[in-house]
Amino acid sequence: MKKIIKYVVLDILRNRILVSYAVLLLVVSMLLLCLTDNGTKALLSLLNIVLIVLPLVSIIFSTIYYYNAAAFIELLVCQPLRRKKILLSVYIGLALSLLIAFIVGVGVPLMIFDGGMTALLLIFVGMALTVIFSALAILGSVMMRDKARGIGVAILAWFYFSLLYDGLVLFLLFQFSDYPLEKPAVLMGALNPIDLGRIIVLLRLDSAAMMGYTGAVFASFFGSAGGMLTGFVLLLVWMGWPLWWALRRFNRKDL
Amino acid sequence: MIQFTNIYKRFGRLQALDNINLSFSASKSVALIGPNGSGKTTLIKTLLGMVVPDKGDILFRDTSVLGNCAYRANIGYMPQISSYPENMTIAQVMEMMKDIRQYTKLDEDLVQAFKLPQLANKPMRTLSGGTRQKVSACLAFLFNPEVLVLDEPTAGLDPVASGILQDKILQETRNGKLVLITSHILSELDDLVDEVAYLQDGEVKFHKQVAALQAATGEQKLVRAMARVMENSGL
Repeated sequence: MKKIIKYVVLDILRNRILVSYAVLLLVVSMLLLCLTDNGTKALLSLLNIVLIVLPLVSIIFSTIYYYNAAAFIELLVCQPLRRKKILLSVYIGLALSLLIAFIVGVGVPLMIFDGGMTALLLIFVGMALTVIFSALAILGSVMMRDKARGIGVAILAWFYFSLLYDGLVLFLLFQFSDYPLEKPAVLMGALNPIDLGRIIVLLRLDSAAMMGYTGAVFASFFGSAGGMLTGFVLLLVWMGWPLWWALRRFNRKDL
Repeated sequence: MIQFTNIYKRFGRLQALDNINLSFSASKSVALIGPNGSGKTTLIKTLLGMVVPDKGDILFRDTSVLGNCAYRANIGYMPQISSYPENMTIAQVMEMMKDIRQYTKLDEDLVQAFKLPQLANKPMRTLSGGTRQKVSACLAFLFNPEVLVLDEPTAGLDPVASGILQDKILQETRNGKLVLITSHILSELDDLVDEVAYLQDGEVKFHKQVAALQAATGEQKLVRAMARVMENSGL
Protein backbone atom coordinates (compact mmCIF):
# COMPACT_ATOMS: atom_id res chain seq x y z
CA MET A 1 0.00 0.00 0.00
CA LYS A 2 2.82 2.37 0.90
CA LYS A 3 4.39 1.69 -2.47
CA ILE A 4 1.27 2.61 -4.40
CA ILE A 5 0.95 5.82 -2.38
CA LYS A 6 4.58 6.56 -3.16
CA TYR A 7 4.03 6.12 -6.91
CA VAL A 8 0.90 8.28 -6.87
CA VAL A 9 2.54 11.09 -4.88
CA LEU A 10 5.66 11.07 -7.06
CA ASP A 11 3.49 11.16 -10.15
CA ILE A 12 1.39 14.08 -8.90
CA LEU A 13 4.27 16.15 -7.53
CA ARG A 14 5.77 16.15 -11.00
CA ASN A 15 2.52 17.61 -12.27
CA ARG A 16 2.79 21.26 -13.32
CA ILE A 17 -0.77 22.12 -12.31
CA LEU A 18 -0.22 21.15 -8.71
CA VAL A 19 3.03 23.12 -8.54
CA SER A 20 1.38 26.22 -9.97
CA TYR A 21 -1.51 25.77 -7.53
CA ALA A 22 0.94 25.81 -4.63
CA VAL A 23 2.76 28.84 -6.05
CA LEU A 24 -0.52 30.70 -6.59
CA LEU A 25 -1.62 30.04 -3.02
CA LEU A 26 1.78 31.14 -1.78
CA VAL A 27 1.70 34.39 -3.72
CA VAL A 28 -1.85 35.20 -2.62
CA SER A 29 -1.23 34.50 1.05
CA MET A 30 2.06 36.41 1.05
CA LEU A 31 0.39 39.40 -0.56
CA LEU A 32 -2.51 39.33 1.88
CA LEU A 33 -0.34 38.84 4.93
CA CYS A 34 2.32 41.39 3.98
CA LEU A 35 0.20 44.12 2.49
CA THR A 36 -2.71 44.20 4.93
CA ASP A 37 -1.93 45.97 8.20
CA ASN A 38 -4.89 44.45 10.01
CA GLY A 39 -4.22 40.81 10.86
CA THR A 40 -7.85 39.84 11.22
CA LYS A 41 -8.68 41.33 7.86
CA ALA A 42 -5.93 39.32 6.19
CA LEU A 43 -7.19 36.17 7.87
CA LEU A 44 -10.72 36.81 6.69
CA SER A 45 -9.57 37.34 3.12
CA LEU A 46 -7.54 34.17 3.28
CA LEU A 47 -10.55 32.38 4.73
CA ASN A 48 -12.53 33.31 1.67
CA ILE A 49 -9.79 31.98 -0.60
CA VAL A 50 -9.68 28.78 1.41
CA LEU A 51 -13.44 28.38 1.26
CA ILE A 52 -13.83 29.01 -2.47
CA VAL A 53 -10.62 28.13 -4.29
CA LEU A 54 -9.50 25.16 -2.24
CA PRO A 55 -12.63 23.02 -2.70
CA LEU A 56 -12.73 23.87 -6.40
CA VAL A 57 -9.14 22.90 -7.08
CA SER A 58 -9.32 19.82 -4.86
CA ILE A 59 -12.44 18.38 -6.45
CA ILE A 60 -11.54 19.15 -10.08
CA PHE A 61 -7.91 18.11 -9.81
CA SER A 62 -8.81 14.87 -8.01
CA THR A 63 -11.51 14.00 -10.52
CA ILE A 64 -9.23 14.54 -13.50
CA TYR A 65 -6.43 12.66 -11.82
CA TYR A 66 -8.66 9.69 -11.09
CA TYR A 67 -9.73 9.39 -14.71
CA ASN A 68 -6.15 9.75 -15.91
CA ALA A 69 -5.07 7.09 -13.45
CA ALA A 70 -7.72 4.65 -14.71
CA ALA A 71 -5.02 2.77 -16.61
CA PHE A 72 -2.84 2.53 -13.54
CA ILE A 73 -5.76 1.30 -11.44
CA GLU A 74 -6.69 -1.30 -14.05
CA LEU A 75 -3.12 -2.53 -14.10
CA LEU A 76 -3.16 -2.94 -10.32
CA VAL A 77 -6.56 -4.58 -10.11
CA CYS A 78 -5.34 -7.75 -11.83
CA GLN A 79 -2.42 -8.01 -9.41
CA PRO A 80 -2.78 -9.75 -6.05
CA LEU A 81 -3.91 -6.58 -4.29
CA ARG A 82 -7.18 -5.84 -2.53
CA ARG A 83 -9.36 -3.43 -4.43
CA LYS A 84 -10.03 -1.45 -1.28
CA LYS A 85 -6.33 -0.97 -0.78
CA ILE A 86 -5.79 0.16 -4.35
CA LEU A 87 -8.45 2.86 -4.23
CA LEU A 88 -7.49 3.89 -0.72
CA SER A 89 -3.85 4.26 -1.75
CA VAL A 90 -4.74 6.32 -4.79
CA TYR A 91 -6.93 8.51 -2.61
CA ILE A 92 -4.33 8.93 0.12
CA GLY A 93 -1.65 9.79 -2.43
CA LEU A 94 -3.93 12.35 -4.02
CA ALA A 95 -5.03 13.97 -0.77
CA LEU A 96 -1.45 13.95 0.52
CA SER A 97 -0.16 15.81 -2.54
CA LEU A 98 -2.94 18.40 -2.33
CA LEU A 99 -2.23 18.82 1.38
CA ILE A 100 1.46 19.38 0.67
CA ALA A 101 0.55 22.08 -1.84
CA PHE A 102 -1.80 23.71 0.65
CA ILE A 103 0.69 23.62 3.49
CA VAL A 104 3.42 25.10 1.31
CA GLY A 105 1.07 27.72 -0.14
CA VAL A 106 -0.96 28.77 2.89
CA GLY A 107 0.18 26.90 5.99
CA VAL A 108 3.82 27.98 6.05
CA PRO A 109 3.24 31.71 5.42
CA LEU A 110 0.39 31.76 7.94
CA MET A 111 2.55 30.20 10.63
CA ILE A 112 5.44 32.57 9.88
CA PHE A 113 3.45 35.81 9.69
CA ASP A 114 0.67 35.10 12.14
CA GLY A 115 1.16 31.91 14.10
CA GLY A 116 -1.89 32.50 16.30
CA MET A 117 -4.65 30.12 17.25
CA THR A 118 -6.95 31.46 14.53
CA ALA A 119 -4.29 30.86 11.89
CA LEU A 120 -3.93 27.30 13.09
CA LEU A 121 -7.67 26.86 12.92
CA LEU A 122 -7.73 28.21 9.39
CA ILE A 123 -5.02 25.77 8.36
CA PHE A 124 -6.98 22.95 9.90
CA VAL A 125 -10.15 23.95 8.08
CA GLY A 126 -8.25 24.17 4.80
CA MET A 127 -6.76 20.72 5.29
CA ALA A 128 -10.14 19.28 6.17
CA LEU A 129 -11.75 20.81 3.09
CA THR A 130 -8.96 19.46 0.88
CA VAL A 131 -9.47 15.97 2.25
CA ILE A 132 -13.26 16.19 2.02
CA PHE A 133 -13.40 17.47 -1.53
CA SER A 134 -10.91 14.99 -2.87
CA ALA A 135 -12.98 12.23 -1.23
CA LEU A 136 -16.10 13.63 -2.91
CA ALA A 137 -14.21 13.65 -6.20
CA ILE A 138 -13.24 10.02 -5.78
CA LEU A 139 -16.84 9.12 -5.00
CA GLY A 140 -18.10 10.93 -8.08
CA SER A 141 -15.50 9.41 -10.36
CA VAL A 142 -16.09 5.88 -9.10
CA MET A 143 -19.79 6.27 -9.79
CA MET A 144 -19.45 7.85 -13.25
CA ARG A 145 -17.87 5.81 -15.99
CA ASP A 146 -17.62 8.72 -18.38
CA LYS A 147 -14.89 11.30 -17.83
CA ALA A 148 -16.82 14.31 -19.12
CA ARG A 149 -19.79 13.44 -16.97
CA GLY A 150 -17.55 12.91 -13.94
CA ILE A 151 -15.94 16.32 -14.32
CA GLY A 152 -19.39 17.88 -14.82
CA VAL A 153 -20.62 16.30 -11.60
CA ALA A 154 -17.52 17.57 -9.78
CA ILE A 155 -18.11 21.14 -10.95
CA LEU A 156 -21.78 20.90 -10.04
CA ALA A 157 -20.92 19.59 -6.58
CA TRP A 158 -18.57 22.51 -5.98
CA PHE A 159 -21.14 24.96 -7.32
CA TYR A 160 -23.77 23.49 -5.05
CA PHE A 161 -21.70 23.53 -1.88
CA SER A 162 -20.10 26.91 -2.33
CA LEU A 163 -22.85 28.99 -3.98
CA LEU A 164 -26.23 27.32 -4.37
CA TYR A 165 -26.42 26.02 -0.83
CA ASP A 166 -26.45 29.46 0.80
CA GLY A 167 -29.18 30.58 -1.53
CA LEU A 168 -31.17 27.47 -0.77
CA VAL A 169 -30.87 28.03 2.97
CA LEU A 170 -31.95 31.66 2.63
CA PHE A 171 -34.89 30.65 0.49
CA LEU A 172 -36.04 28.11 3.07
CA LEU A 173 -35.61 30.62 5.88
CA PHE A 174 -37.78 33.17 4.13
CA GLN A 175 -40.39 30.64 3.16
CA PHE A 176 -40.71 29.30 6.69
CA SER A 177 -39.99 32.49 8.60
CA ASP A 178 -43.15 32.04 10.67
CA TYR A 179 -41.77 28.93 12.31
CA PRO A 180 -38.93 28.45 14.79
CA LEU A 181 -36.04 27.35 12.60
CA GLU A 182 -33.10 27.00 14.96
CA LYS A 183 -32.92 23.23 14.87
CA PRO A 184 -33.36 22.84 11.12
CA ALA A 185 -30.77 25.60 10.66
CA VAL A 186 -28.22 23.66 12.70
CA LEU A 187 -28.90 20.66 10.54
CA MET A 188 -28.53 22.77 7.39
CA GLY A 189 -25.20 24.04 8.60
CA ALA A 190 -24.01 20.51 9.22
CA LEU A 191 -24.94 19.41 5.71
CA ASN A 192 -22.35 21.63 4.04
CA PRO A 193 -18.65 21.24 4.83
CA ILE A 194 -17.78 24.67 3.45
CA ASP A 195 -20.35 26.26 5.74
CA LEU A 196 -18.96 24.27 8.64
CA GLY A 197 -15.45 25.49 7.92
CA ARG A 198 -16.60 29.09 7.80
CA ILE A 199 -18.53 28.72 11.04
CA ILE A 200 -15.55 27.24 12.86
CA VAL A 201 -13.18 30.05 11.93
CA LEU A 202 -15.73 32.81 12.43
CA LEU A 203 -16.74 31.47 15.84
CA ARG A 204 -13.12 31.87 16.81
CA LEU A 205 -12.88 35.36 15.31
CA ASP A 206 -16.18 36.30 16.94
CA SER A 207 -17.19 38.40 13.96
CA ALA A 208 -20.86 37.66 14.25
CA ALA A 209 -21.81 40.01 11.46
CA MET A 210 -20.19 37.74 8.91
CA MET A 211 -21.44 34.47 10.23
CA GLY A 212 -24.71 34.32 8.41
CA TYR A 213 -27.80 32.61 9.72
CA THR A 214 -26.49 29.07 10.17
CA GLY A 215 -23.37 30.32 11.94
CA ALA A 216 -25.33 32.51 14.30
CA VAL A 217 -27.60 29.62 15.17
CA PHE A 218 -24.55 27.42 15.74
CA ALA A 219 -23.11 30.00 18.13
CA SER A 220 -26.31 30.39 20.09
CA PHE A 221 -27.08 26.69 20.03
CA PHE A 222 -23.74 25.27 21.12
CA GLY A 223 -21.88 28.32 22.45
CA SER A 224 -18.55 29.31 20.97
CA ALA A 225 -16.41 26.39 22.12
CA GLY A 226 -19.15 23.82 21.83
CA GLY A 227 -19.99 25.08 18.35
CA MET A 228 -16.39 24.67 17.24
CA LEU A 229 -16.17 21.19 18.69
CA THR A 230 -19.40 20.13 17.02
CA GLY A 231 -18.08 21.63 13.79
CA PHE A 232 -14.91 19.57 14.07
CA VAL A 233 -16.79 16.37 14.66
CA LEU A 234 -19.08 17.06 11.73
CA LEU A 235 -16.08 17.78 9.48
CA LEU A 236 -14.62 14.41 10.49
CA VAL A 237 -17.88 12.76 9.45
CA TRP A 238 -17.61 14.60 6.14
CA MET A 239 -14.10 13.25 5.66
CA GLY A 240 -15.31 9.73 6.29
CA TRP A 241 -18.56 9.04 4.50
CA PRO A 242 -17.74 9.85 0.84
CA LEU A 243 -14.64 7.72 1.03
CA TRP A 244 -16.45 4.85 2.71
CA TRP A 245 -19.17 4.94 0.09
CA ALA A 246 -16.64 5.16 -2.76
CA LEU A 247 -14.76 2.13 -1.42
CA ARG A 248 -17.98 0.15 -1.25
CA ARG A 249 -18.93 1.08 -4.81
CA PHE A 250 -15.45 0.40 -6.13
CA ASN A 251 -15.43 -3.09 -4.62
CA ARG A 252 -18.31 -4.14 -6.87
CA LYS A 253 -17.42 -2.08 -9.90
CA ASP A 254 -16.77 -3.70 -13.28
CA LEU A 255 -13.61 -2.40 -14.86
CA MET B 1 -7.38 -26.01 -11.65
CA ILE B 2 -9.94 -23.41 -12.67
CA GLN B 3 -13.63 -24.04 -12.55
CA PHE B 4 -16.46 -21.77 -13.59
CA THR B 5 -19.88 -22.79 -12.25
CA ASN B 6 -23.13 -21.24 -13.42
CA ILE B 7 -21.69 -17.82 -14.16
CA TYR B 8 -24.16 -15.13 -15.18
CA LYS B 9 -23.34 -11.54 -16.02
CA ARG B 10 -25.61 -8.90 -17.45
CA PHE B 11 -24.58 -5.46 -18.70
CA GLY B 12 -27.78 -3.47 -18.98
CA ARG B 13 -29.82 -5.29 -21.59
CA LEU B 14 -27.02 -7.48 -22.81
CA GLN B 15 -26.67 -10.89 -21.23
CA ALA B 16 -22.90 -11.07 -21.55
CA LEU B 17 -22.46 -14.42 -19.80
CA ASP B 18 -25.31 -16.88 -19.65
CA ASN B 19 -24.83 -19.87 -17.38
CA ILE B 20 -21.18 -20.60 -18.10
CA ASN B 21 -19.83 -23.91 -16.86
CA LEU B 22 -16.23 -24.69 -17.73
CA SER B 23 -13.28 -26.32 -16.08
CA PHE B 24 -9.62 -26.27 -17.06
CA SER B 25 -6.74 -28.33 -15.75
CA ALA B 26 -2.99 -27.69 -15.57
CA SER B 27 -0.49 -28.43 -18.40
CA LYS B 28 -3.11 -27.61 -20.96
CA SER B 29 -3.39 -24.84 -23.41
CA VAL B 30 -6.97 -23.87 -24.07
CA ALA B 31 -8.38 -21.66 -26.80
CA LEU B 32 -11.47 -19.63 -26.00
CA ILE B 33 -12.97 -18.83 -29.35
CA GLY B 34 -16.12 -17.21 -30.56
CA PRO B 35 -17.35 -14.27 -32.61
CA ASN B 36 -16.85 -10.68 -31.50
CA GLY B 37 -18.95 -9.84 -28.49
CA SER B 38 -19.51 -13.45 -27.53
CA GLY B 39 -18.29 -12.93 -23.96
CA LYS B 40 -14.69 -14.18 -24.15
CA THR B 41 -13.11 -11.12 -22.62
CA THR B 42 -15.85 -10.78 -20.03
CA LEU B 43 -15.29 -14.37 -18.99
CA ILE B 44 -11.57 -13.75 -18.59
CA LYS B 45 -12.23 -10.59 -16.65
CA THR B 46 -14.45 -12.43 -14.19
CA LEU B 47 -11.57 -14.82 -13.57
CA LEU B 48 -9.29 -11.88 -12.85
CA GLY B 49 -11.78 -10.17 -10.60
CA MET B 50 -12.13 -7.17 -12.90
CA VAL B 51 -15.76 -7.97 -13.58
CA VAL B 52 -17.92 -9.25 -10.75
CA PRO B 53 -20.38 -11.94 -11.89
CA ASP B 54 -24.06 -11.54 -10.98
CA LYS B 55 -24.44 -15.18 -10.07
CA GLY B 56 -22.25 -18.26 -9.88
CA ASP B 57 -18.81 -19.02 -8.56
CA ILE B 58 -15.28 -19.39 -9.87
CA LEU B 59 -12.90 -21.77 -8.16
CA PHE B 60 -9.14 -21.49 -8.44
CA ARG B 61 -7.63 -24.64 -6.93
CA ASP B 62 -10.91 -25.31 -5.12
CA THR B 63 -11.04 -21.87 -3.48
CA SER B 64 -13.52 -19.27 -4.58
CA VAL B 65 -11.94 -16.24 -6.21
CA LEU B 66 -14.85 -13.93 -5.38
CA GLY B 67 -13.77 -11.40 -2.78
CA ASN B 68 -10.31 -12.94 -2.76
CA CYS B 69 -7.14 -11.48 -4.19
CA ALA B 70 -4.17 -13.67 -3.23
CA TYR B 71 -4.85 -16.13 -6.06
CA ARG B 72 -3.99 -13.46 -8.61
CA ALA B 73 -0.32 -13.91 -7.75
CA ASN B 74 -0.62 -17.13 -9.78
CA ILE B 75 -2.15 -15.56 -12.85
CA GLY B 76 -0.34 -13.66 -15.55
CA TYR B 77 -2.69 -11.55 -17.62
CA MET B 78 -2.07 -10.05 -21.01
CA PRO B 79 -5.00 -7.77 -21.83
CA GLN B 80 -6.42 -7.22 -25.29
CA ILE B 81 -6.22 -3.46 -24.97
CA SER B 82 -3.45 -2.69 -22.58
CA SER B 83 -3.55 0.45 -20.53
CA TYR B 84 -0.51 1.80 -18.75
CA PRO B 85 0.32 5.05 -17.00
CA GLU B 86 1.15 7.07 -20.09
CA ASN B 87 3.99 9.20 -18.78
CA MET B 88 6.00 6.34 -17.30
CA THR B 89 8.74 4.71 -19.33
CA ILE B 90 8.84 0.99 -20.05
CA ALA B 91 11.59 0.54 -17.48
CA GLN B 92 9.61 2.42 -14.85
CA VAL B 93 6.50 0.33 -15.43
CA MET B 94 8.49 -2.90 -15.17
CA GLU B 95 10.29 -1.67 -12.06
CA MET B 96 7.04 -0.62 -10.47
CA MET B 97 5.44 -4.01 -11.06
CA LYS B 98 8.49 -5.78 -9.66
CA ASP B 99 8.48 -3.45 -6.68
CA ILE B 100 4.81 -4.09 -5.97
CA ARG B 101 5.03 -7.85 -6.44
CA GLN B 102 8.30 -8.46 -4.58
CA TYR B 103 9.01 -11.63 -6.50
CA THR B 104 12.54 -12.77 -7.16
CA LYS B 105 12.45 -15.72 -9.57
CA LEU B 106 11.70 -13.55 -12.56
CA ASP B 107 11.21 -15.03 -15.99
CA GLU B 108 12.79 -12.49 -18.31
CA ASP B 109 13.05 -14.64 -21.45
CA LEU B 110 10.55 -12.53 -23.33
CA VAL B 111 12.09 -9.27 -22.18
CA GLN B 112 15.33 -10.37 -23.81
CA ALA B 113 13.68 -11.92 -26.86
CA PHE B 114 11.67 -8.79 -27.58
CA LYS B 115 14.77 -6.62 -26.99
CA LEU B 116 12.90 -4.43 -24.54
CA PRO B 117 16.01 -3.15 -22.73
CA GLN B 118 16.84 -1.17 -25.86
CA LEU B 119 13.50 0.64 -25.60
CA ALA B 120 13.54 0.94 -21.82
CA ASN B 121 13.55 4.73 -21.66
CA LYS B 122 10.65 5.31 -24.01
CA PRO B 123 7.50 6.67 -22.37
CA MET B 124 4.47 4.42 -22.75
CA ARG B 125 2.48 7.04 -24.66
CA THR B 126 4.99 7.04 -27.53
CA LEU B 127 4.85 3.27 -28.08
CA SER B 128 3.22 1.61 -31.05
CA GLY B 129 0.42 -0.86 -30.51
CA GLY B 130 2.74 -3.79 -31.12
CA THR B 131 5.36 -2.61 -28.66
CA ARG B 132 2.69 -2.16 -26.02
CA GLN B 133 1.59 -5.73 -26.66
CA LYS B 134 5.19 -6.83 -26.14
CA VAL B 135 5.32 -5.05 -22.81
CA SER B 136 2.02 -6.69 -21.81
CA ALA B 137 3.34 -10.11 -22.79
CA CYS B 138 6.54 -9.59 -20.81
CA LEU B 139 4.58 -8.54 -17.72
CA ALA B 140 2.25 -11.53 -18.03
CA PHE B 141 5.14 -14.01 -18.06
CA LEU B 142 7.46 -12.06 -15.72
CA PHE B 143 6.34 -13.46 -12.37
CA ASN B 144 6.33 -17.09 -13.45
CA PRO B 145 2.59 -17.60 -12.86
CA GLU B 146 0.91 -21.01 -12.98
CA VAL B 147 -1.87 -19.74 -15.18
CA LEU B 148 -1.44 -17.48 -18.18
CA VAL B 149 -4.41 -15.62 -19.50
CA LEU B 150 -3.74 -14.16 -22.92
CA ASP B 151 -6.44 -12.06 -24.54
CA GLU B 152 -5.78 -11.81 -28.28
CA PRO B 153 -2.04 -12.15 -27.68
CA THR B 154 -0.84 -11.88 -31.25
CA ALA B 155 -3.07 -9.01 -32.37
CA GLY B 156 -0.76 -6.21 -33.46
CA LEU B 157 2.46 -8.20 -33.15
CA ASP B 158 4.77 -8.57 -36.13
CA PRO B 159 5.38 -12.12 -37.40
CA VAL B 160 8.74 -12.45 -35.64
CA ALA B 161 7.39 -11.37 -32.27
CA SER B 162 4.30 -13.47 -32.80
CA GLY B 163 6.52 -16.52 -33.40
CA ILE B 164 8.56 -15.82 -30.27
CA LEU B 165 5.39 -15.56 -28.22
CA GLN B 166 3.97 -18.78 -29.64
CA ASP B 167 7.18 -20.66 -28.81
CA LYS B 168 7.05 -19.30 -25.30
CA ILE B 169 3.44 -20.39 -24.90
CA LEU B 170 4.28 -23.92 -26.05
CA GLN B 171 7.24 -24.08 -23.71
CA GLU B 172 5.22 -22.94 -20.71
CA THR B 173 2.47 -25.46 -21.43
CA ARG B 174 5.11 -28.17 -21.43
CA ASN B 175 6.31 -26.82 -18.08
CA GLY B 176 2.94 -27.70 -16.63
CA LYS B 177 1.21 -24.37 -16.84
CA LEU B 178 -2.34 -23.70 -17.87
CA VAL B 179 -2.60 -21.27 -20.75
CA LEU B 180 -5.90 -19.67 -21.69
CA ILE B 181 -5.88 -17.93 -25.06
CA THR B 182 -8.66 -16.04 -26.73
CA SER B 183 -8.42 -15.37 -30.39
CA HIS B 184 -10.51 -15.34 -33.47
CA ILE B 185 -7.63 -16.03 -35.79
CA LEU B 186 -7.92 -19.80 -35.70
CA SER B 187 -4.98 -20.53 -37.98
CA GLU B 188 -2.60 -19.19 -35.35
CA LEU B 189 -3.89 -21.60 -32.76
CA ASP B 190 -3.30 -24.76 -34.79
CA ASP B 191 -0.20 -26.16 -33.16
CA LEU B 192 -0.67 -24.26 -29.98
CA VAL B 193 -3.76 -25.52 -28.22
CA ASP B 194 -4.97 -28.82 -26.76
CA GLU B 195 -8.57 -27.86 -26.08
CA VAL B 196 -11.13 -25.56 -27.61
CA ALA B 197 -14.04 -23.89 -25.89
CA TYR B 198 -16.49 -22.16 -28.21
CA LEU B 199 -18.56 -19.28 -26.90
CA GLN B 200 -21.48 -17.63 -28.60
CA ASP B 201 -23.92 -15.05 -27.19
CA GLY B 202 -22.53 -15.63 -23.73
CA GLU B 203 -23.05 -19.38 -23.78
CA VAL B 204 -20.56 -22.22 -24.07
CA LYS B 205 -21.52 -24.10 -27.22
CA PHE B 206 -18.92 -26.79 -26.73
CA HIS B 207 -15.65 -27.56 -24.96
CA LYS B 208 -13.59 -30.35 -26.56
CA GLN B 209 -10.11 -31.75 -27.03
CA VAL B 210 -8.58 -30.67 -30.30
CA ALA B 211 -7.64 -34.28 -31.07
CA ALA B 212 -11.23 -35.41 -30.55
CA LEU B 213 -12.44 -32.59 -32.74
CA GLN B 214 -10.06 -33.55 -35.51
CA ALA B 215 -11.06 -37.19 -35.30
CA ALA B 216 -14.76 -36.41 -35.34
CA THR B 217 -14.58 -34.10 -38.33
CA GLY B 218 -11.75 -35.73 -40.22
CA GLU B 219 -10.07 -32.35 -40.65
CA GLN B 220 -6.52 -31.57 -39.55
CA LYS B 221 -6.76 -27.78 -39.55
CA LEU B 222 -8.57 -26.19 -36.66
CA VAL B 223 -10.28 -23.66 -38.94
CA ARG B 224 -11.79 -26.38 -41.09
CA ALA B 225 -12.68 -28.58 -38.15
CA MET B 226 -14.50 -25.69 -36.51
CA ALA B 227 -16.28 -24.81 -39.73
CA ARG B 228 -17.42 -28.42 -40.08
CA VAL B 229 -18.72 -28.53 -36.51
CA MET B 230 -20.61 -25.28 -37.00
CA GLU B 231 -22.19 -26.49 -40.20
CA ASN B 232 -23.23 -29.79 -38.70
CA SER B 233 -24.71 -28.40 -35.53
CA GLY B 234 -26.32 -25.43 -37.26
CA LEU B 235 -24.46 -22.85 -35.13
